[in-house]
Amino acid sequence: MEALHMEFMQNALMAGVLASIICGVIGTLVVVNRIVFISGGIAHASYGGVGLAFFLGLPVMPVTTVFALMTAMIMAAVTLRQRERADTVVGVLWAAGMALGIILLDITPGYNVDLMSYLFGSILAVPRGDILDIAGLAFLVMVLTLACYRGFLVMSVDEEFARARGVPVTLLYFLLLGMTALSVVMVIRVVGLILVIALLTIPPYMAERRAKSLGGMMVLSSLLSVFFCVTGLWISYYLDITSGAAIIAVASVTFFISLLIPQRNGAVATN
Amino acid sequence: MSDFAVVLQNVNFSYDGVPVLEDVSMNVRYGDFLAVLGPNGGGKSTLIKILLGLLKPQKGTVSVLGMDAGQAGGRIGYMPQYTHVSNAVPITVEDAVVMGLVRGGLGGVAGLRTGRDARRKAETALKRVDMLAYRDRRISGLSGGQKQRVFIARALVSDPELLLLDEPTASVDQQHRATLFNLLRELNRDMTIIMVSHDISTVATSVKSVACVNRSLHFHDAPAITDDMFQKTYGGVENSCPVELITHGDIPHRVLEHHHLSDMKDEEE
Repeated sequence: MEALHMEFMQNALMAGVLASIICGVIGTLVVVNRIVFISGGIAHASYGGVGLAFFLGLPVMPVTTVFALMTAMIMAAVTLRQRERADTVVGVLWAAGMALGIILLDITPGYNVDLMSYLFGSILAVPRGDILDIAGLAFLVMVLTLACYRGFLVMSVDEEFARARGVPVTLLYFLLLGMTALSVVMVIRVVGLILVIALLTIPPYMAERRAKSLGGMMVLSSLLSVFFCVTGLWISYYLDITSGAAIIAVASVTFFISLLIPQRNGAVATN
Repeated sequence: MSDFAVVLQNVNFSYDGVPVLEDVSMNVRYGDFLAVLGPNGGGKSTLIKILLGLLKPQKGTVSVLGMDAGQAGGRIGYMPQYTHVSNAVPITVEDAVVMGLVRGGLGGVAGLRTGRDARRKAETALKRVDMLAYRDRRISGLSGGQKQRVFIARALVSDPELLLLDEPTASVDQQHRATLFNLLRELNRDMTIIMVSHDISTVATSVKSVACVNRSLHFHDAPAITDDMFQKTYGGVENSCPVELITHGDIPHRVLEHHHLSDMKDEEE
């Protein structure tokens, strides 16, 4: 328990809890709308923004955020217009963004960012200022999701039906990808790209099998995510292993155990 | 105000330059029960999407319930093919039916709770399709036929004037098919129904008119298919018969008598 008295540990816990809430809400929408691949694409391509910021000597966060948002909007437009080709285009943008980032960092003299910290983050080194940023983002994501809850629900269940009823599906889709981009960029800084993808997918998948509503799925995945982060941090502290990897390890082990536990209503048989 | 629920005039639609519908015109009266038949890929679903305003024809005019296509969303009950519905979203039967009340525009996206009025309407709709006992079950745990009935309830819950059904008999077994058509006949007293099907035997049920779609559209204001329509829609293959000769199901199967609308020499083999 003495670990809790250290400021870096308190910050890490707060960052983990906030990232869990964001990923629980956005991850649920990402998973039910089957845009995990697109989210992965946005997350990876945003590295181009990191490179661009260093190359131009501009502040990293704003440049990366704008870059990720633009990538997300391009992906939204492409996936809405040419569904059959969408995954290929997302794959290309995914790789191109990352390559751009690495090349720009290569040709930028002097300071170089460590790709590993981008991939795995450094949750144990989160400063207080960053916590405020992601708290603000968590608030924004909650407000937007609550404000558009019914629209997101109808769109997720049956997009064509939603369009036929006149629900502004295109607008909601752009909004969803925009929120995903913001969340991914913010959370990457804290926990790294690999952990973002893990937190976006594992808890919602587990929650989906046990929830009875979209809102319930969001709450349950946030709770699961908090559990993974806290347990993972705990283990990483006592065993002295990398925190991001410890959190993912806890999530993965829980995930596989959950597959062994039979669920109610026999919903598995029909999927 | 015209007497027609749906008016199509010289509608042309193509995907990437490939024509799907060419010079399609038809008038569907209020109170009609229209079966839209045709081979897969013949343009049936495209036609439905044009009526819903989901696709815009390159040429021609479309009017639905006296308004431009896409404007009458709240007065249309729509049942897409149920395979389009995501299984990954946790939602109960009742909540899914309540979704059918969602309003269009930005006003429709907001909101968390469902009012008591909406619950009562959902209850009535579920009773109508005989699925009330399943109201708290999750959709993903239902059989194909049960899902289909829930989605009909979702289309009904807003008391639509026009009901559009895309392949309602797909994945429904013989027994439920009969129940389904009884329900549709009953609903037809209150609303106009347009039903898309690749299954030509649906004509033998309660439909009042038939349209055969295969790029062009042949509208026939009687529940029968003429030889000419059949030839144009399904191609002039010498031995093709509109009704499948071997099928599973209960004995006795009915064979309807010949229409005098056309000579039926094709059916005699």
